[in-house]
Amino acid sequence: MTSVTPELTPPAQSLAIESRSLTKRFGRQTAVNGIDLTVPRGSVFGFLGPNGSGKTTTIRMLLALSQATSGTITVLGQSMPAGLHEVLPRVGALVEGPAFYPFLSGAANLRRLDTADRHAPGQTRRARVHLALERVGLTHAADKKVQAYSLGMKQRLGIANALLLPRELLILDEPTNGLDPQGTREVRSLVRSLAAEGTTVFVSSHLLAEVEQMCTHAAVMSAGSIVAQGTLAALRAVGEARIRVRTPDTAGALRVLTHLGLEPTRAPLDDPDPNVVVAPLVGDSWLPEAIVTALVAGGVRIRGFAIEDPSLEERFVALTGEGFDVVQ
Amino acid sequence: MSSSDVRRGARPSVMPKRSSSGWSLLGSEISVLFRRRRTCAMLAAVALIPILLAVAVRLSSEALAPGEGPPFLDRVTQNGLFVGFTAMVVAIPLFLPLTIGVVAGDTIAGEAGLGTLRYLLVAPAGRVRLLLVKYAGAALFCLVATLTLTVSGAIIGAVLFPVGPVTLLSGDTISVSESLARSLLVASYVTVSLLGLSMIGLFISTLTDVPVGAMAATIVVSVVAQILDVIPQLSWLHPWLFSHYWLGFADLLRQPLDLGSFGQNAILQLCYLAIFGALAYSRFVTKDILS
Ligand SMILES: Nc1ncnc2c1ncn2[C@@H]1O[C@H](COP(=O)(O)OP(=O)(O)O)[C@@H](O)[C@H]1O
Ligand SMILES: [Mg+2]
Repeated sequence: MTSVTPELTPPAQSLAIESRSLTKRFGRQTAVNGIDLTVPRGSVFGFLGPNGSGKTTTIRMLLALSQATSGTITVLGQSMPAGLHEVLPRVGALVEGPAFYPFLSGAANLRRLDTADRHAPGQTRRARVHLALERVGLTHAADKKVQAYSLGMKQRLGIANALLLPRELLILDEPTNGLDPQGTREVRSLVRSLAAEGTTVFVSSHLLAEVEQMCTHAAVMSAGSIVAQGTLAALRAVGEARIRVRTPDTAGALRVLTHLGLEPTRAPLDDPDPNVVVAPLVGDSWLPEAIVTALVAGGVRIRGFAIEDPSLEERFVALTGEGFDVVQ
Repeated sequence: MSSSDVRRGARPSVMPKRSSSGWSLLGSEISVLFRRRRTCAMLAAVALIPILLAVAVRLSSEALAPGEGPPFLDRVTQNGLFVGFTAMVVAIPLFLPLTIGVVAGDTIAGEAGLGTLRYLLVAPAGRVRLLLVKYAGAALFCLVATLTLTVSGAIIGAVLFPVGPVTLLSGDTISVSESLARSLLVASYVTVSLLGLSMIGLFISTLTDVPVGAMAATIVVSVVAQILDVIPQLSWLHPWLFSHYWLGFADLLRQPLDLGSFGQNAILQLCYLAIFGALAYSRFVTKDILS
């Protein structure tokens, strides 16, 4: 018997989540519009999109909470919702924020939700709840009633609930909502350590920076459709580098650069420095040093010259037509 | 956030076996239900009904003429064992349905309102299993409520009034222990009487994410059924109303014991269980959980 190389494994085996033409309509509104998600096993997959773009609606369908209007879903190699009883015990999830019984303690809440899973052994329940709470840093508040928890603590408890058993796939819907910067960092490192153990993590976010910092792959949602999908590196490569010239002679710079066949523009109005001209660097038509030489020869006084790598942010703004909130 | 060894090799390629803890959700449901302050308050109120009734009778000097006030009330002063029966007659039209409405209306809608429904279902609890567990919890509440009333009635009756052999409606006399057994029989009759309403509440609870709405609707249904039951023009409908036999437990206080109305009542309640159970099932297994 030869071992199976990754190339020879059928695609379905190497994908944690796959959807084809997945669509969800609420009345006349189409919340999710024919999306084809491809989430490789072992990836940390960012599901990025502004508020209202259909992320939570998609996640609800992936977890068989709501029925797709049309399209197919495969999770961990099994069709959903048909295979939900085999699939869901292997999936940990946080959907549309945490939700708990306010009159029970954090630990009692986790025990309650753990009993819902028939595969969760009762003998280890207390120990597993304790470990999950420890993992999200909530041990000190384990016996406090959830009504006394802050939003950030509830968010941590929600993540702990997803970690009650070893999972093959974690689906986390905006896990850092309501967390302080320290909590956000902790979630990020938790996601990394889970990924290192072989868990596939599917994490939705409306924060670009968050996805950039923790994900290997991403899909960008806009108004219910996926507008870009792939590895983070591939998504970055699509954008183009540009030059940025700081000069008091902006008119001259525009003239020279146009003459070179570039498409220069003045810096956007919100730029702190008005004396800036930018131009996309198409392919490798011009070497930067040749551009500088041409500018100097054209009598343009150069105070600064830089080549800026393509920024994911600009690309995503271009794709979604919306800005993303910036994390401090 | 420390990493732990439990998750090493966290990629079980085979399904974990179903552990034998399929029942633990029921245990959890019961413990959450009965440790809730709201449930305890309702049970305390149920226990207060016979106490208020007995104290009022004890304090009033006038003797009631036979037949005045609720059934059995005139007998309470002679025998404390009648307190429980009288309290049951008083509680069944409104107060017990009210508590059932709260518990049964809350079953699914309450979880939806809190948002915990989605977490129970992705655990996965299984929609059918969750419905069964929720109904079992509501049914157990019916039993506990009627037992609470019965026990509280027996205790306060024994404290405030003489206790002795009981003269039944048929004129026969039964011993104290036999009469306590009849009390338990009455409690089980009333429990069975409330099972149909509980299933209606469960069904209504699957229709909404607002628990208060489901509770109110269930209570309204029970009131409407009782109103229909007293309109003579609708007499053809009366035997089909789930509340029709609610006060029929007087038959259990005759000698020889007449279980006829118990059986009819049980069959009627079974019909309601079947119909509204099927409705709740068909509604809930296809429901989009958007709460
Ligand atoms: N229960 C619902 N009924 C009607 N429309 C809904 C419902 N839930 C979500 N939507 C709509 O679907 C769209 C996507 O919402 P959602 O998936 O929650 O977005 P996201 O999670 O990306 O912020 C929104 O326009 C929202 O108004
Ligand atoms: Mg959302």
